[in-house]
Amino acid sequence: MYKILKKEVLSNVVKLMDIDAPHVARKAKAGQFVIVRIDEFGERIPLTIADYDREKGTITIIFQELGKSTMHLGMLNPGDSLASFAGPLGHPTEIENFGTVICMGGGVGIAPIYPITRALKEAGNKVISIIGARTKDLIFWEDRMRAVSDELIVCTDDGSRGRKALVTEPLKEILGDNDRKIARVWAIGPAIMMKFVTLATKPFNVPTIVSLNTIMIDGTGMCGGCRVLLEDGAQFVCVDGPEFDGHKVDWDSLLSRLSYYREEERKAVEHWEHKCRLDGTLVKGRE
Amino acid sequence: MAELKPADRMKIKRHEMPNQDQVIRRGNFEEVALGYAAETARTEAERCLQCKDPKCVQGCPVGVLIPQFIKALREGDMVKAVEWMKVKNNLPAICGRVCPQEVQCEGSCILGKKGEPVAIGRLERYVGDFELSQRTCPLVKALKTGKKIAVVGSGPAGITCAVDLGREGHDVTIFESLHGPGGVLIYGIPEFRLPKGVVHGEISYAADCLGIDIKTDHVIGRSFTLDELLEDFDAVFLGTGAGLPSFMRIPGINLNGVMSANEFLTRVNLMKAYQFPDYDTPVKLGRKVAVVGAGNVAMDSVRCSARLQSLQAKQTGEVPGEAHIVYRRSKDEVPARQEEVHHAAEEGVIFNFLTNPIEILGDEKGNVRALRCVRMELGEPDASGRRKPVEIKGSEFDMEMDTVIMALGTNPNPIVFVDAAGLERTKYGTAVADNDTGRTKKKRVWAGGDVVTGAATVISAMGAGKRAAADIGKFLKGECSWD
Ligand SMILES: Cc1cc2nc3c(=O)[nH]c(=O)nc-3n(C[C@H](O)[C@H](O)[C@H](O)COP(=O)(O)OP(=O)(O)OC[C@H]3O[C@@H](n4cnc5c(N)ncnc54)[C@H](O)[C@@H]3O)c2cc1C
Ligand SMILES: Cc1cc2nc3c(=O)[nH]c(=O)nc-3n(C[C@H](O)[C@H](O)[C@H](O)COP(=O)(O)OP(=O)(O)OC[C@H]3O[C@@H](n4cnc5c(N)ncnc54)[C@H](O)[C@@H]3O)c2cc1C
Ligand code: SF4
Ligand code: SF4
Ligand code: FES
Repeated sequence: MYKILKKEVLSNVVKLMDIDAPHVARKAKAGQFVIVRIDEFGERIPLTIADYDREKGTITIIFQELGKSTMHLGMLNPGDSLASFAGPLGHPTEIENFGTVICMGGGVGIAPIYPITRALKEAGNKVISIIGARTKDLIFWEDRMRAVSDELIVCTDDGSRGRKALVTEPLKEILGDNDRKIARVWAIGPAIMMKFVTLATKPFNVPTIVSLNTIMIDGTGMCGGCRVLLEDGAQFVCVDGPEFDGHKVDWDSLLSRLSYYREEERKAVEHWEHKCRLDGTLVKGRE
Repeated sequence: MAELKPADRMKIKRHEMPNQDQVIRRGNFEEVALGYAAETARTEAERCLQCKDPKCVQGCPVGVLIPQFIKALREGDMVKAVEWMKVKNNLPAICGRVCPQEVQCEGSCILGKKGEPVAIGRLERYVGDFELSQRTCPLVKALKTGKKIAVVGSGPAGITCAVDLGREGHDVTIFESLHGPGGVLIYGIPEFRLPKGVVHGEISYAADCLGIDIKTDHVIGRSFTLDELLEDFDAVFLGTGAGLPSFMRIPGINLNGVMSANEFLTRVNLMKAYQFPDYDTPVKLGRKVAVVGAGNVAMDSVRCSARLQSLQAKQTGEVPGEAHIVYRRSKDEVPARQEEVHHAAEEGVIFNFLTNPIEILGDEKGNVRALRCVRMELGEPDASGRRKPVEIKGSEFDMEMDTVIMALGTNPNPIVFVDAAGLERTKYGTAVADNDTGRTKKKRVWAGGDVVTGAATVISAMGAGKRAAADIGKFLKGECSWD
């Protein structure tokens, strides 16, 4: 069992937790993920390693409450324990001094882009960061991102914080500015956002790294459920990724696969809310 | 019973295994084969001729002392039967259920020459189940040696190796990447064939007796590399299996509704999707399911499909959907255990032999709509001695399907090979290891089971685990050097 040591509410649907897991912390690197299972009945869900402390043996996870598993996780508190916590999985981000780079985080994607941004900055890159979400309540870690970026642009769809724009707008402006030579772009967020980022960078031929969030079952390369179609054939996100060259990804296939279990996901939430109502536990975080 | 003459023994007919009713069992995941009653086991045991040169033992990959355990059983001395069994096999409740006995022990039994062989597997299961409930013969740990051994993977190879080394007094730690031990026994083979309670029972009994530490959620190659394990442990055994699924290289493989047998079986068995939504993991299955292949994996997938379809039908009030096997060779080449094929047919599975998929067709939403196949005929025997299927030109046809499950074999899981310099592998990705000792090309590293042979059997994995344990024991005592 893996104890929850700390919990923070970052926005009404995004929460942070520190988990006691020395076997993961000892080797964790930016870009990798863990597989979490809440209890005996739980599914195995992938979550990015948002931060780690090797000395204390802890891993920080940040998650958005979307369905049964993440809502349930959000109801747990320090002192509670998780049944499984496996990792670090996947390949770490390739960190080098590339020159000037852009780091983009959409929604809960701000969490995983932060350690990558920090590592790129430490490696000597000039880092421009763009973070965005639907509305201001979903933006978090603006201060942290600012601290590790040379320049930070904040966008919201409704204009309630920063620019009223999709993250791809400032991206296109920067790419179109001939005085700035962008060596690489990282984008993490909803699949649809990553798709449009890669469409934006393609005409400029700027290598664009995305972190794919396919549905996973084991997370160790055993089932192929996480497979993604790339230009040169299918690959497993859990073993070969999670980061890929965004220009090679077949986004339509990815988006379609992500929605295949929607009906069952809805059923799981209903069943769980019903159970919570029966045993009197409040379903929080869904206001 | 008075001592019988061989002629009398040969008159006794082989006892059928009592099974759950074939219609009822299609609607549940409970065990199909119910096990012999005490009296049935006793009379079945009377059939054995106690051969001086027992052929059955030669047919068993680990050489179980078959005449001895059967004799004890029929004399009513169950404790002794268990003792004889555990000389060679620590997991009889498992092997008795899943070994392909018809090509191993029973396939070699002398009685099989003219009539039907002794039901060795069923008797083995009887002895194993007795021990699981009675625990008469705990494994004993020898005096502590102070040597530390890491076993990577908790399938039959790893567990067997760990148990044998534990008995010798070594400190054994098992590292397993999933959340529970057992390997294929828990994520692949379904509950109705091998109840998970039996697997947990066998493993925890052995681990408790011997103080074996099982660390789940530890992915070797990521949490720790092989080289790091070698710093902390005197020897390392790799029993990581062959879990990486292969997909056919045909168009449409990435459509929604196409999955590997491993994905399907992991959802259903390890994650208990047949109890969704009480368990969180769902599995989506259409009314028409095609399973491609005809090995044990395919048979397990198709039988799970038939069950899920029945459970769905109960809820909707419709008639259950169809579960198909699609196999490019003929009935005679089917590699699965006979009993499974027989059970599948009883459960209403539809077999399409000499049929080879060439494309998966999708609808406008990207979901599977049909499986395009060609008919095959048998040509000349190939290198494996089996007649090679060849395509009949112009015989393409479409089978309407909503789900396609690929059960086409697997390759070794690659993660463990990260940062393991010197560990040689074949072009198929399997670890190179000596067959008799399990030694790899990397010093102090042994390997066995599917990671070395590719997908094989439970008992061959156990055999490899045993041989490696013996060699590790000798090496640690200084009775032999590495080179
Ligand atoms: C490598 C990797 C790293 C990830 N890191 C994080 C992270 O750090 N923080 C975080 O909040 N989430 C992360 N995710 C996504 C996270 O795993 C899913 O949000 C989670 O599994 C949803 O489970 P659920 O039961 O709460 O929701 P479900 O009921 O499974 O899903 C609810 C809704 O979310 C959609 N959905 C389901 N799975 C995903 C998915 N994988 N990605 C996007 N949408 C999905 C469904 O279509 C549905 O509409 C990551 C995914 C991967 C593959
Ligand atoms: C569906 C199915 C049905 C079968 N039916 C039969 C049958 O009826 N009879 C029969 O004899 N055989 C059957 N087999 C074959 C048999 O199960 C295998 O040959 C046998 O389990 C191999 O044992 P193993 O110990 O080598 O590997 P496995 O059982 O595969 O165990 C390997 C373990 O290692 C773990 N692992 C892998 N990589 C790592 C890592 N990097 N770090 C830590 N742990 C790791 C895995 O999670 C797994 O638990 C079947 C196989 C399948 C898939
Ligand atoms: S281990 Fe398998 S092959 Fe050997 S005797 Fe038992 S059932 Fe037969
Ligand atoms: S070969 Fe058959 S009859 Fe002879 S000892 Fe073995 S089980 Fe008994
Ligand atoms: S999640 Fe199973 S192979 Fe990636």
